[in-house]
Amino acid sequence: MAATAESLARKDKLEGIGCSRKRKEDPRFIQGKGLYVDDVKLPGMVYGALVRSPHAHARIKSINKERALALPGVITVLTADDLKPLNLHWMPTLGSDVQAVLADEKVAFQMQEVAMVIAEERYIAADGVDLVEVEYEELPVIVDPHKSMDPDAPIIREDLVGKDEVGHGKRLHDNHIFTWEAGDKDSTDVVFENAEVTISEEILNPRVHPCPLETCGCVGSFDKIKGQLTVYMSTQAPHLVRTVLAMLSGIPESKIRVITNDIGGGFGNKVPIYPGYVVAIVASIVLGRPVKWIESRIENISTTGFARDYHGIAELAADKDGRIKALRFNVLADHGAFNSHVSATKWPAGLFSICTGSYDIPTAYVKVDAVYTNKAPGGVAYRCSLRVTEAVYLIERMIDILAQKLDIDKAEIRKRNFVQADQFPYNTSLGWTVDSGNYGPALDKVLKAVDYEGLRKEQAEKRANGELMGIGISTFTEIVGAGPTKACDILGIGLFDSCEIRVNPTGSAIARMGTQTQGQGHETTYAQIIATELGIPSEEIQVEEGDTDKAPYGAGTWGSRSTPVGGAAVAKAARKIRDKARKIAAHLLEVSEDDLEWDIDQFRVKGVPDQAKTMKEIAMAAYSNIPEGMENGLEAVDYYDPPNFTFPFGAYVCVVDIDPQTGEIKVRRFYALDDCGTRINDMIIEGQIHGGLTEAFAVSMGQLIDFDENGNLLGNSLMDYFLPTTVETPHWETDYTVTPSPHHPLGAKGVAESPHVGGIPCFSNAVVDALSHLGVTHVDMPHTAHRIWKKLHELGADK
Amino acid sequence: MDKIQVSFNLNGQPVEVLVEPRELLIHVLREQLQQTGSHIGCETSHCGACTVDFNGESVKSCTLLAVQAQGAEVMTIEGLASNGELHPLQQAFMDEHGLQCGFCTPGMLMRSYRLLQENSDPTEVEIRAGMSGNLCRCTGYQNIVKSIQKAATVINESGRDEAKTA
Repeated sequence: MAATAESLARKDKLEGIGCSRKRKEDPRFIQGKGLYVDDVKLPGMVYGALVRSPHAHARIKSINKERALALPGVITVLTADDLKPLNLHWMPTLGSDVQAVLADEKVAFQMQEVAMVIAEERYIAADGVDLVEVEYEELPVIVDPHKSMDPDAPIIREDLVGKDEVGHGKRLHDNHIFTWEAGDKDSTDVVFENAEVTISEEILNPRVHPCPLETCGCVGSFDKIKGQLTVYMSTQAPHLVRTVLAMLSGIPESKIRVITNDIGGGFGNKVPIYPGYVVAIVASIVLGRPVKWIESRIENISTTGFARDYHGIAELAADKDGRIKALRFNVLADHGAFNSHVSATKWPAGLFSICTGSYDIPTAYVKVDAVYTNKAPGGVAYRCSLRVTEAVYLIERMIDILAQKLDIDKAEIRKRNFVQADQFPYNTSLGWTVDSGNYGPALDKVLKAVDYEGLRKEQAEKRANGELMGIGISTFTEIVGAGPTKACDILGIGLFDSCEIRVNPTGSAIARMGTQTQGQGHETTYAQIIATELGIPSEEIQVEEGDTDKAPYGAGTWGSRSTPVGGAAVAKAARKIRDKARKIAAHLLEVSEDDLEWDIDQFRVKGVPDQAKTMKEIAMAAYSNIPEGMENGLEAVDYYDPPNFTFPFGAYVCVVDIDPQTGEIKVRRFYALDDCGTRINDMIIEGQIHGGLTEAFAVSMGQLIDFDENGNLLGNSLMDYFLPTTVETPHWETDYTVTPSPHHPLGAKGVAESPHVGGIPCFSNAVVDALSHLGVTHVDMPHTAHRIWKKLHELGADK
Repeated sequence: MDKIQVSFNLNGQPVEVLVEPRELLIHVLREQLQQTGSHIGCETSHCGACTVDFNGESVKSCTLLAVQAQGAEVMTIEGLASNGELHPLQQAFMDEHGLQCGFCTPGMLMRSYRLLQENSDPTEVEIRAGMSGNLCRCTGYQNIVKSIQKAATVINESGRDEAKTA
């Protein structure tokens, strides 16, 4: 049907898919009316504060609570001994390990949780912490993961001695966690032995922290009379938290309610369950009063959810024209003192095997060994899917190194290796089926936009003058939207997601989701999907998340799974409603269903345009005038189990200038083209790209969680840990192509993590490119001025 | 600990609180006065989520003692809209997608409110310099800068309109 002005106006009024609709969540945030976990105040509420270990590895000889308990206002002090009778002194992790809730006889990382002081007021709880006397006997410390498996290495986890497995196959040493492999080792070795060219590089993804602006925290509130536990928590996965709490506490899951309200950023930091939560909840159960525990920034950076710490040895085999024949990556993964790496049960190294990237690499083998060290536990996915940043970083760095070795242009070598559009769906040599992609045109569009040839000419001229200019390229493919339940579960729960929609008699609707927004704008964009699918204006659609009593079960928001999984559930639930609406319309119009066609917000009789029933009319009829045998109401639930992941991709170019005397890097230009398939809201997508690129800039240019040889964290406040400000953050240019996902109901893919995943190697590639004529093939992040200057000084190039 | 009585004006209204000498202004605002719009992100004066307007200056209320507010004029995000009308900055942040999770937003708005009092027509460089004490992890700042530029234009144009009609 030709679009008329009238139908276009009706369509625009819906503010559906494709509309840069203003955000529904903004009015409360711009007026200071957001409701974050520290804003929750309940009658009789008390405060918890944690006593933490000053040592990275030590035996606890004694804990004396007396002075703390004598302080007026202190209610109780809980230690592991208090939790033992409840069997809550240890808890399961999301990495199939266990973690001490409060240190049980020894501490294994600096700032480990030793005791919690509960007091009537926040300040008194903090005073009480200083009065708890803990006597330690220091033990030898392992900071360097390469030393974890030394024959004489001190044993970090005495609780695991004699256990030859921690959930993921055979352990080789008391400090070893697992070995994970993918691909064909023997045939890869053969290709390497016979290759025309091979390259090898040690590449580190350093330990960093997602550091959302709001720290972690919770309020546990146990009603002793009803036996009901309500937990307010800034978590990205409220339903999973509820299940874990039920498993831990023995309270029926039906009597546990997790409420998130608003979350001040997550970036993976707010997926795991932390000891502070558990102790606050136990305290509430014991005391029968609400207990609030809110992390300080220093606690946040020191203890909850670090990311990366992947020590890679990467190798490529190729022919002399730069066509990659095989890939071999060996990784040593530092998981800290407990394996609380967030991973699906079958994927202890996450989705690392996406490391063949956008390239047609016929043979590959990867191996990841994870070890314990005396550092904080974690291994969360910092604005990426599980271990995808690490994977993409390795391949995007290595293809540059190969280009450098063969003196082939860095754009050209990518084109020679791209999986071609007609190869999709493409089966990678490490076992993934990449559903769609169109890499060549995306890169060409970017090269043209930045005048790549002109930049290379300028670079040659600058080099001749002794100036340092670098051009970085990244052509990445991500894997997001975990995931098909046959492949992915956490603690036995499949990673489907869900949506429940109810259409009210007057035609407005409410949708409830298993996902959990942390700033991504779900209240806005999910409504847009429903608007397009059901012809109800977005403005009349309420989207709710984060109350486990109201929403259907889902695995939450992380790994860019909201649009790929939750968004699909929205579309499918809406389509169930539209199918019922069609039946009601046929009944009202006294025609057969086949005689009807859907037109924006109504069903029309084909060929008789004035015979129509709008969704509003149908909604009322659903409650009053329905066909015989039909149930009243207009609602549906969908639990969506995706058939595959989605594979967003992009082509980025970064241009940097480096001051040879100071090592200071100036990002002159950053051009990011992303392809996330169907685009629901351009304004929100662009905002996500800006944010992800800024986090990529932070990781590549300055973020580092570093330790001295005694396991002391060197810098755990915002004084030392780099969060870019307005001044150093570059200007971002964005662009896109659209290659819809063939299996997603809307053709959409995830997007918010792409700029982080694709951006980090792009910055590093630009920095190394600026130094490549000096013979530099790689420098590890972060690219701070001091580190770059040291490299230049070493090369005698700082003159 | 002995408490001290502190009186100040909050968003144009006189308030009186009893505080310990060590209590931080941010805690008094949030907990005693229940103005939870200002947030705590770092405790070290780096993130600016707690920024309030204090005697005509932008101040990080996480590192100011409440007793220092004696007799002060304090304005928080809760006082930015007037008579139910959003301030042009609030409207611009919404129109230009200058916020995502919303946690830094009250501090951003209070700082940019003062910035535009100090410089009614700032350049991008001046905005970036003037906002460098407020961290955001979500937006990458680009749309925050755009929001402030737009609000400045709106305020300046309405000022010119008022001048014309006067």
